[in-house]
Amino acid sequence: MSEFAVELQDVIKQFPTPEGGQVFAVNHVSMQIKNGEFFSMLGSSGCGKTTSLRMIAGFEWPTEGEVVIAGTPQGHTPPFKRPVNTVFQSYALFQHMTVFQNVAFGLEMDHVAKSEVNDRVGKSLDMVQLSGMGKRFPKQLSGGQQQRVALARAIVKTPKVLLLDEPLGALDLKLRKEMQLELKALQQRLGITFVYVTHDQEEALTMSDRIAVMSFGKVLQMGTPVEIYERPNCKFVADFIGTSNFLHGTVKSVENGKASVYIQELDAEVMGLVSGDISVGETAAVSIRPEKIRLSEQSAFNQNCFEGVVSSTTYIGSDTHVYVNVKGNRIKVWEQNKISSLDPKAYYSVGQKVWLTLFPENTLIMADK
Amino acid sequence: MNPYRRSPFIRISTVLVYIFLYAPILVLIIFAFNSSRTNVLFGGFITHFGPLSMNGSTVIQSPCGPFHWFCELAKNREVMGATKNTLTIAFISTISSTIIGTMAALALQRYNFKLKSLTQVSLYIPIVIPEIVMGIGILVLFSQVFTFLNGVFGITGDDRLGMGLQTVIVSHIAFSIPFVTLVVQARLQGFDKSIEEAAMDLGANELVTFWRVTFPTILPGILSGGLLAFTLSLDDFVITFFTTGPGATTLPIYVYGLLRRIITPQVNALSAVWVMIVFSIMLLMQKLENRAS
Ligand SMILES: Nc1ncnc2c1ncn2[C@@H]1O[C@H](COP(=O)(O)OP(=O)(O)OP(=O)(O)O)[C@@H](O)[C@H]1O
Ligand SMILES: [Mg+2]
Repeated sequence: MSEFAVELQDVIKQFPTPEGGQVFAVNHVSMQIKNGEFFSMLGSSGCGKTTSLRMIAGFEWPTEGEVVIAGTPQGHTPPFKRPVNTVFQSYALFQHMTVFQNVAFGLEMDHVAKSEVNDRVGKSLDMVQLSGMGKRFPKQLSGGQQQRVALARAIVKTPKVLLLDEPLGALDLKLRKEMQLELKALQQRLGITFVYVTHDQEEALTMSDRIAVMSFGKVLQMGTPVEIYERPNCKFVADFIGTSNFLHGTVKSVENGKASVYIQELDAEVMGLVSGDISVGETAAVSIRPEKIRLSEQSAFNQNCFEGVVSSTTYIGSDTHVYVNVKGNRIKVWEQNKISSLDPKAYYSVGQKVWLTLFPENTLIMADK
Repeated sequence: MNPYRRSPFIRISTVLVYIFLYAPILVLIIFAFNSSRTNVLFGGFITHFGPLSMNGSTVIQSPCGPFHWFCELAKNREVMGATKNTLTIAFISTISSTIIGTMAALALQRYNFKLKSLTQVSLYIPIVIPEIVMGIGILVLFSQVFTFLNGVFGITGDDRLGMGLQTVIVSHIAFSIPFVTLVVQARLQGFDKSIEEAAMDLGANELVTFWRVTFPTILPGILSGGLLAFTLSLDDFVITFFTTGPGATTLPIYVYGLLRRIITPQVNALSAVWVMIVFSIMLLMQKLENRAS
């Protein structure tokens, strides 16, 4: 058996546009999703997440390239012959069937014996905490409950791979957070490979083993949540995942995984870790996360240390967000409120002079795109 | 309270609308219980069972009492024949046009093909052009085709192809299809295609998906389309008039014939029964509509 549950091999999907042209919904995408992995596709609207998922499910066929499931190239295999099941964003429940009938549908298609159907449907409804709701119709359930039915219906067939297209998109924030934890727990319990589509970066970071960040039909970076957050390989990823400050300049030197960039606006060189492809003489982006910048009232180092003026502050409880103006650049700094105090002087105030330290090990130098 | 509800204008126009719509039907039904032989004069209600004197002179036996004219109707072989024809035509044409019309609606919803918009527009043509034009058109077509076929195959005498039940059925199917298609299309507007994908995802092939998921979902639309086709076929006079032949008299054609000869309250009794049937179908349709939404 293949090590990979799902592989996309250099897949292209083109759609004809009404204007007579072609649009690349998915453009040379390769992914290898391991068995038992919680894999997320993350990206902004229209980047090709749904299209990728639909090609795995068999609702669309790649224009070029191949989808391989459990080592078997799928070619033009129809959806009903693929060992995957889908949880649809709109739930797609059968309104004319009861909850029980909805969940039993897939087993019925496999000609599973009646007694076993009852057993398995019952178990799967238990798993999503809907036992006792079997006789209801989908209309008689809340959005969250309908979502669970859709989930139960897909897992009852114990597929090798479960595909989920923004399954929590329609739920309110609180329910969403609850379901995130439940889904993750369920995935671990069942050991099924999850391919999860979302445009919510926080959701992807909390739940996934690995994430593929997509933009305009391409995969920009694939990695664990820590890798994606701590070592984004380009400006888009650094910007899309979490919050970052960016400075732009010319690469002066690259050595041992470290680089130095001359920033004209600051008239200074900034040192940092190389993250992604850069070479000397090119323009590059310097990226640093707001929580990784040190604020101080005195200059501490000669390198990577800049003077600025506090332009605004926002107290948000756990942190204070401080905006510092450094020679016309607005830099965000998140200071953790480690000390409990009512004294306004304990916090930075507007107009105050401060020094920012960008530790080289926290500063990333990446391609400016 | 809504101030407009008190307005005398609203009240008067409401009453007028009801009078114009329903008074003729009411009068028609009242006259079905008429104790006069003609249906233009009201001789009072039939109030008793047994011998009945009509128009002051003739005495007839009326075991059915107030329902005298309904009993006469049931005894009338011509009426029974026409009823049988009408129902035969209605059932066959309804089933055929519902199937074809539904298939057309599904095709128009999910496939892109050449001349699709023309096909869509052509659906409205039979609905908007005057029925008499349609009727004459169909008549000309049939007679040309029949003359041609009779000539080519040398068919003579009683075997000659001509107008009859089959021509009426074919033309009823033809004019019902657009109505069914439009009704089913309206139902399909809000159809969520992902339920079909969900079914396939769970292992159902195209055919199973259609019968287990698509069909039950759009069934209310198909049924109301079918009921519409049924009432249209029951009611139709003009097109039937042009396409009917010997032995294929339908109820509307028969009643029209009666009016030109003797006018007895039998006609009213027949109409009353008819109104009741159509009214029940309409109620049923309304129920389906409500259940679907
Ligand atoms: N059936 C189709 N016909 C034509 N273009 C399509 C079709 N499906 C998708 N596209 C195009 O392909 C691109 C990717 O669409 P896709 O649905 O995969 O995006 P997505 O990443 O899922 O976005 P969202 O987060 O908004 O759901 C879009 O530009 C879209 O317009
Ligand atoms: Mg999508």
